Amino acid sequence: MKAARFDYEKPRELGAALKLLTEAGADAKVLAGGQSLGPMLNLRLAQPALLVDVRGLPELGEVRDEADAVFIGACTTHAAIEDGRVPDPTQGFLRKVARGIAYRAVRNRGTVGGSLAHADPAADWVSAMAVLDARIVVRGPQGERTVAAADFVLGIMSTALGEGEILVGVRVPKLSTRARWSYWKYCRKTGEFAEAIGAFVIDPDRGWWRGVMGATEGAPVVIEDARVLDPAAVAAEAYEPGTYEHQVHAVALKRAAAALDR
Amino acid sequence: MKTITLKVNGQSVSAQVEPRTHLADFLRDYLMLTGTNLGCEHGVCGACTLWIDGAPARSCITFAVACDGADVRTIEGFEDDAVMAALRDAFTAEHALQCGYCTPGMLATARDIVLRLPDADEARVREELAGNLCRCTGYVGIVRAVMRVLAERRGAASP
Repeated sequence: MKAARFDYEKPRELGAALKLLTEAGADAKVLAGGQSLGPMLNLRLAQPALLVDVRGLPELGEVRDEADAVFIGACTTHAAIEDGRVPDPTQGFLRKVARGIAYRAVRNRGTVGGSLAHADPAADWVSAMAVLDARIVVRGPQGERTVAAADFVLGIMSTALGEGEILVGVRVPKLSTRARWSYWKYCRKTGEFAEAIGAFVIDPDRGWWRGVMGATEGAPVVIEDARVLDPAAVAAEAYEPGTYEHQVHAVALKRAAAALDR
Repeated sequence: MKTITLKVNGQSVSAQVEPRTHLADFLRDYLMLTGTNLGCEHGVCGACTLWIDGAPARSCITFAVACDGADVRTIEGFEDDAVMAALRDAFTAEHALQCGYCTPGMLATARDIVLRLPDADEARVREELAGNLCRCTGYVGIVRAVMRVLAERRGAASP
């Protein structure tokens, strides 16, 4: 259970990091908190030739208030969000999601950006950012671009990140004080990856009745208008009715919707 | 090989490490600090939990090379720590260990619970301990030990 040999670089500025990634191509992996990549390296499921540690890049550590959103740098830890050490523009939704991720020892090092870029469909931020219609900010050799969170994850551990690109941060919209939200996930044991996630964000000021079915076998399923919700029908978009997976996803949506009404 | 300089239990340490060497192997094999135990080596069991920069972390999925400049505190570094002393006494009194393999990690997590969540109830303590697996005492004693220290500290804090 030891990682295969790899090289390690910790650049101090984004340009140098992009250069390292471009030169190494597919043989390089970006390392942030390492709470998902670390296990994969130890299990030798990942055997990159080079790790580029991005925790020294100032842009990825930034958190800043923008007009309609808060930009949260990729290297912001789950624990920093859980503790309210960074502003939460979502009336408490981000803090609730953060507290439920894995275990505190993992949350102290694991990062928002790392979790999104790793793109395990069961990861909490994948679903949470999709239902919030957050924007993923990406920097690459061609400059900066943004991707809607719902379009960022393409499948299991597959994202819209191109070769040589780095996830810089995520723009989380500010919700109004009238906003309501719910987040319900099913795990076999506290802290394990979810088997099903249901989440809703309602913000009348934005005209939002958004929902998401997460922890699927691919991208999260976004529900654009949750006012008329048929959980079994949504679950049927990803799973055959009658199966365990269909049932548990339909129940997650039902319970998340019920939590919204309380 | 990469050169790293970090603080371990208050002492400055410099060493040449292979990037693939994780922090727990570095502590055990280079510094002979064998109090940090390795269980699953993929971040699930919690046996290797120690403190990095003032917060608990998994040393099996943190590479030593990524700890350049960090302040690491292992179970050996808590000898004179008042909270850890109270936890050690409570673990003894409540029979919170049997084989002792998970204990260094349990204590690292327990110290975080006591300091960060002084008002935690039993349900919260159990939730917070979910990332540390014990295969012999069955958690009852461990939870009781943490609850005992929380109660002691609440008692000491009130007039």
